[in-house]
Amino acid sequence: MSRRPPLSIQMQVDILLVEDDAEDNTLTLFALLKHQLTNKFHVARNGQEALDYVLCTGQYANRNITEQPHLILLDLNLQPMGGLEVLRRIRADPRTRTIPIVMLTASDEENDLLESYRLGVNSYIVKPVDFKQFKEAARLVAEYWLLLNRSPSRAA
Amino acid sequence: MDSADGVEILLVEDSPDDVELTLHAFKDAKITNRVHIVRDGAEALDFLFARGPYANRDTTDWPKVILLDLKLPRVDGLEVLRQIRADHRTKLLPVVILTSSREERDIVEGYRLGVNSFIQKPVDFEQFAAAIRTLGLYWLVLNRPPQRAAA
Repeated sequence: MSRRPPLSIQMQVDILLVEDDAEDNTLTLFALLKHQLTNKFHVARNGQEALDYVLCTGQYANRNITEQPHLILLDLNLQPMGGLEVLRRIRADPRTRTIPIVMLTASDEENDLLESYRLGVNSYIVKPVDFKQFKEAARLVAEYWLLLNRSPSRAA
Repeated sequence: MDSADGVEILLVEDSPDDVELTLHAFKDAKITNRVHIVRDGAEALDFLFARGPYANRDTTDWPKVILLDLKLPRVDGLEVLRQIRADHRTKLLPVVILTSSREERDIVEGYRLGVNSFIQKPVDFEQFAAAIRTLGLYWLVLNRPPQRAAA
């Protein structure tokens, strides 16, 4: 019998959450689960892990690149590789360039916003500081991108 | 014609029924943002690039979102999108394709040309109204558009 990778790696996920702040992760996931919008997500703790996941390299070399999330929620302020660089690399690869990406950030800086759009982000959202508003925003994001938006069924 | 200034939603739609449904859904959702309607692709481009009847439009002022139908008279939706993305003044504007098309190739081509989002119009009225409400809240309240289209 051939060896199989862990289930979480094989499974097609709805959302790839790229976030190094454990507290924000918990809040986002809590909002998704509470509203039963999805329980199929994967969390990448830094930019390199996100790229490995999406491009099927490193620890995700066995993943199928045609099975991509319906949405990538990407934190802007990641270390050491920032969210803008992750975005640039995903858009540079023809196999992954059309995956919907929403930038989630605490930054209200016009430069970050313009650069994100220049690099081809689908949407840019400033995280509400208030807990209740944050949960409401996470719900709306998931509802919009999972239930309403259509993206190409296959990459490339 | 209404003033073309201060427009927050540019609705590019040739079907009077769909225009009416969309405006009704915005009203029901208490979305009071200023909507401007153009009936074909050529008028959409005239509006955006301040040409023809829109020559006096204030071009420091850009919509927060463009809702773009695909099957349009004169210039079709994908060509409108291509021209929006090709001009430095408009290339960063959020564009959502809102269409009855169920064709995968329209989805693929829309994303290839850089659309922000692609939505298939639900046939059912209640679902259409719900979609417009979610779409309006998302692009007018939650999403942060670029302040200046170019820069």
